[in-house]
Amino acid sequence: MSNTPSELRYASSHEWSREEADGTITVGITHHAQDALGDVVFVELPEVGRQLTVGDECAVVESVKAASDIYAPVSGEVVAINEALADSPELVNSDPYGEAWFFKIKPTDSSELDKLLDADGYLASL
Amino acid sequence: MGLRTPLYDSHLATGARMVDFGGWDMPLHYGSQIEEHHQVRREAGIFDVSHMGVVDITGADATAFLQYLLANDVGRLQAPGRALYTAMLNPDGGILDDLIVYRLADGYRLVVNAGTRQRDLEWIRGQAAGRQVEVTERRELAMIAVQGPLARARCASVMTDAQAALAERLEPFHGQAEGDWFIACTGYTGEDGLEIMLPAAEAAAFWNALQGAGCKPCGLGARDTLRLEAGLNLYGADIDEQTSPLAANMAWTIAWEPETRDFIGRRALERQRQAGDLPRQVGLVLEQRAVLRSGQKVMIDDREGVITSGSFSPTLGCSIALARVPRNTGDSARVDIRGKWLDVQVIRPGFVRNGIKLF
Repeated sequence: MSNTPSELRYASSHEWSREEADGTITVGITHHAQDALGDVVFVELPEVGRQLTVGDECAVVESVKAASDIYAPVSGEVVAINEALADSPELVNSDPYGEAWFFKIKPTDSSELDKLLDADGYLASL
Repeated sequence: MGLRTPLYDSHLATGARMVDFGGWDMPLHYGSQIEEHHQVRREAGIFDVSHMGVVDITGADATAFLQYLLANDVGRLQAPGRALYTAMLNPDGGILDDLIVYRLADGYRLVVNAGTRQRDLEWIRGQAAGRQVEVTERRELAMIAVQGPLARARCASVMTDAQAALAERLEPFHGQAEGDWFIACTGYTGEDGLEIMLPAAEAAAFWNALQGAGCKPCGLGARDTLRLEAGLNLYGADIDEQTSPLAANMAWTIAWEPETRDFIGRRALERQRQAGDLPRQVGLVLEQRAVLRSGQKVMIDDREGVITSGSFSPTLGCSIALARVPRNTGDSARVDIRGKWLDVQVIRPGFVRNGIKLF
């Protein structure tokens, strides 16, 4: 199903993760999550350089409906954040797997990625 | 399965996200509630409000009965066609419901909240016992709100000549029957517009015609942010049975004069007014990038208040809220948002009217 791309890994808390060619992990939230939240109005991102442990609360999405915590899907250092979300939070609704990536992590242990769900596993968790 | 309005199938056909609201399956939005909000501020939006209760009060004692039942005075409705906003109180001065009363040619029409409809009817019928009053719920009517600066024109373009003339002529807080339709200039958005009660069987065709005329369907999500910007109370959030109208920016709806009019809750309100120690309702504006939400704690120096409803204001691009705070609160406060204390501006309730920022 196109709303849950098969090349990504997923957390049951609705973050997607993508391993890039340079070894970093790009993180965002799923189509299902943005759909449930409704119009997103603010995104609070972690600072670049912050060390995350898997499961850390590291970002917040505020929609018209509710505030929602985003958890680190893997451990590592935040090496980039998507500044575009500050001015255009609606990207989270319109392009959750593309322009609306949240941050990139340089993982301390990329095998943590294997503990995340695949697309079928995520869909089954919904 | 919840209760369904006559427009339920129309909502599904236009891709509505449906939610439960007071036992009804209602549209939350049809894609983006923020876009729907802007539609109403800039052009015109349509809302299915058929879940609200329409209750006609007729009979020889109708006026005297409503003068006892309601905190505002229907005696002020000097001619058929006029309307007023009022609280219906319990004997302790708590708000059982907030409603609009229209004076009809032969009685009155109340429009009450969906969530309180059943309880209201039981209360009203109980109070009416032994009086020459007939209480008739008009379940056969649908209600559509058309709101926004272009609402009247777009409505008129799809109405009969007689209906259109009425739609264009009505002044705010006036409403009048035209055949078996009832057209009123009232609403819950802070914009010009109409609320139209019509036979359920005609609702879908009119709804579709309004869409054809450029009115976009709007759900409960946009309805909530619009009413919040307008500083209008939401029953169950800002006001309830434990809330006095004096603590909810509704003092203006209490008709104290004539003093001889005994209405339910009057004694309690007089004691509260004399004591002068009730909290008051204010508006809050947050400049920082976070969202005020109902239940968040407000601190004014060392005294506490609480947010009764909060959200993001699409018109202002920041978060706003209604809050209940100590009476002598000044123009600033702090709010606990997820463990952080953020500064907010305190203003009179009411943020946007007719598309214009009010503060």
